[in-house]
Amino acid sequence: MTLWIESFLVLLMITSLWLLGSSRLLSCIAAVSVQGVLLAALPLLLGIDAPPWRLFLQAGVSLGLKGIAFPLLLLRAVRSVDARREMEPLVGYSLSLLIGVALLAGSLAAGVRMPLPAAGTPVLLVPAAMFTALTGLFVIVGRRSAIVQAMGYLAMENGIAAFGLAIAEQEPLLVEMGTLLDAFVAVFVMGITIFHINREFDHIDADRLSTLKDSP
Amino acid sequence: MILLPVLLPAAAAVIAFIIRAHLPRRILLVAVAGTHAALVGWLWLEPSRFPPLGAWMALDSLGALFLGITSLLFLVVSVYAVGFLRRESGSTSADPEEGFLFDNTPEALFTACLLGFLSTMTLVTVSRHFGLLWVAIEATTLVSAPLIHYHRHHRSLEATWKYILLCSVGIAVALLGTYFIAAAVPRGSGGITSLTFDRLIERASQLDVRWLKAGFLLLLVGYGTKMGLAPLHAWLPDAHSEAPPLVSALLSGALLNCAFLAILRILSVCAAAGLGPFGRQILLVFGLVSMAVAAGLIIGQGDYKRMLAYSSVEHMGILAVGIGLGGTGDWGALFHAVNHSLTKAALFLLAGNILAAYGTKKSADVEGALRRIPVTGALWIAGFFAILGAPPFGAFSSELAILRAAVSSGSWVVVVLYSLLLAAVFAGMIGVLVRMAQGGKPSAARAAGGLAADLPAATARRREPVLAVAAPTVLLALTGGLGIFVPGFLNRAIAQAAMLLGIS
Repeated sequence: MTLWIESFLVLLMITSLWLLGSSRLLSCIAAVSVQGVLLAALPLLLGIDAPPWRLFLQAGVSLGLKGIAFPLLLLRAVRSVDARREMEPLVGYSLSLLIGVALLAGSLAAGVRMPLPAAGTPVLLVPAAMFTALTGLFVIVGRRSAIVQAMGYLAMENGIAAFGLAIAEQEPLLVEMGTLLDAFVAVFVMGITIFHINREFDHIDADRLSTLKDSP
Repeated sequence: MILLPVLLPAAAAVIAFIIRAHLPRRILLVAVAGTHAALVGWLWLEPSRFPPLGAWMALDSLGALFLGITSLLFLVVSVYAVGFLRRESGSTSADPEEGFLFDNTPEALFTACLLGFLSTMTLVTVSRHFGLLWVAIEATTLVSAPLIHYHRHHRSLEATWKYILLCSVGIAVALLGTYFIAAAVPRGSGGITSLTFDRLIERASQLDVRWLKAGFLLLLVGYGTKMGLAPLHAWLPDAHSEAPPLVSALLSGALLNCAFLAILRILSVCAAAGLGPFGRQILLVFGLVSMAVAAGLIIGQGDYKRMLAYSSVEHMGILAVGIGLGGTGDWGALFHAVNHSLTKAALFLLAGNILAAYGTKKSADVEGALRRIPVTGALWIAGFFAILGAPPFGAFSSELAILRAAVSSGSWVVVVLYSLLLAAVFAGMIGVLVRMAQGGKPSAARAAGGLAADLPAATARRREPVLAVAAPTVLLALTGGLGIFVPGFLNRAIAQAAMLLGIS
């Protein structure tokens, strides 16, 4: 079982690198949705002490939202704005990957030093979660396209959710569902805003949204 | 029963979205706001009638205080909204500054989001569980985003995007912090209620201090983004300056308080675990930095709506300083939250009137408001003095209480910085006020050789809509009253709420 879990966590980290390195929007969406599917499978593998129906419900809803609904929403957004790829990211792709590797090393180093109170948590869980969340944050800061920024937000949310699994006993189902629903609505609202941004400006580059500033 | 104030506006939001005619929808808005306020009033009088819902929801004095502010503010704003929507709704209008044409968000959606906003903010005040609190605060962000994008043009869109993205990232950080708090709870004592405030405070001595500290910092950064503490305030001036006046009033007067409440919740857990001094120290630093950043940006600020927004950053800083000092500071900060909400909401509503009359947000282009829109102009002056903490308004006594806390803490750096920054803001805002209220005398303009034909039009009195001036009048009268006399029930409520923060 441990082998399965560890390989899933490694895959989770690879999807984050995939998100960092791809310029095509469709490829980014694929990365985020694979990440969602992996994340949905994790509660079943981790051997959390909870009734099985709860784990299956959690995995099912998570799969439905993160594996299916989010990618579809993002796909619709990409189609409606007719964008293919992020043209000029603020940070280039090779550099992004390098920074990604540095983040990975940092998360691994920090993750082993922060022991969770629970015994039996897989060693890689905390580093993988931290790395995914940090990648998401980096994508939000380092990309211009609003759609890619929304994907960065999703990756961040995924990483934090993975961390949440480590302490799943304390998280009652209701809160978990609320969290998922909030993430869903957030992406939905972002999607609508992106659509408006595109209609208003003919582009989705968030860094050109810079009219508002202090003037004497 | 405790669910009623949450569910009532939520149900009304759905109905408002479906109703097609404008008039019934506006009546519904005001009726729901009135009922909500009545419910909250009943809650204040007879708390025993509203039993807690499991370990999840209950109203303690801290929550009741903030719920009271929110509900009262929403009632006043909903009355203003009727007049506002009657003037603005449906039609295509021209942007007063750049002249392009734009549409407004459909009124049904706008009203539904307003009611949803009330529902989610109420949920924030009644939740007793860190997970539920998180869900509620994120929900406030999401329902308020369409409100900021009411005028559908590029500037409001930019503000909305910044608002969603920054606040969502902040809230995501807060989620991580919530998980850290969960990680601080020792194993085996889990179960569904382990993240409720009561259980955490009860077993505070068993919590893992390292995780709790890290969790506190993450929650402070996350919710601090929403509260507008510098340097995490980047979304705030844009959102406040582009949103319609009643939305800015609600954002500043109610939403920022909700985030503040979330920070107070985690602080009380920290205090119980013996980390009170640590938490308060950090809040104090955040508060002073916010005041300094806001003072720097207020001085020389050319846009009066942005000036009010930065003033909100300043006042959130004052709240953080008050809590950071503790003692009398707790009482002062909570009382100041009441005063700030009332005053700032009134000021944003008045700013809307000025924008409607002059068609510009540049304070340099607004002259002679006292002559042209006398009621708004007079209220604008009163509001400025109220927000600057001049007597007889309530903010005077609350800011003084915080100053007294600073003096008794014996830290002279804090005393000097706090008074200097208050003075700097006073100087920065008062000059703008004088120019906006006075100035533009007809004789002076004629002497300067202005276009004689335009003069009567430019200086003539404009009709001011009754609802647009009545709402801010009520708010300012309330905060003026609080400066002279604090009613016993409010004083007791604030004192009880301050007790909850823990003496440490």
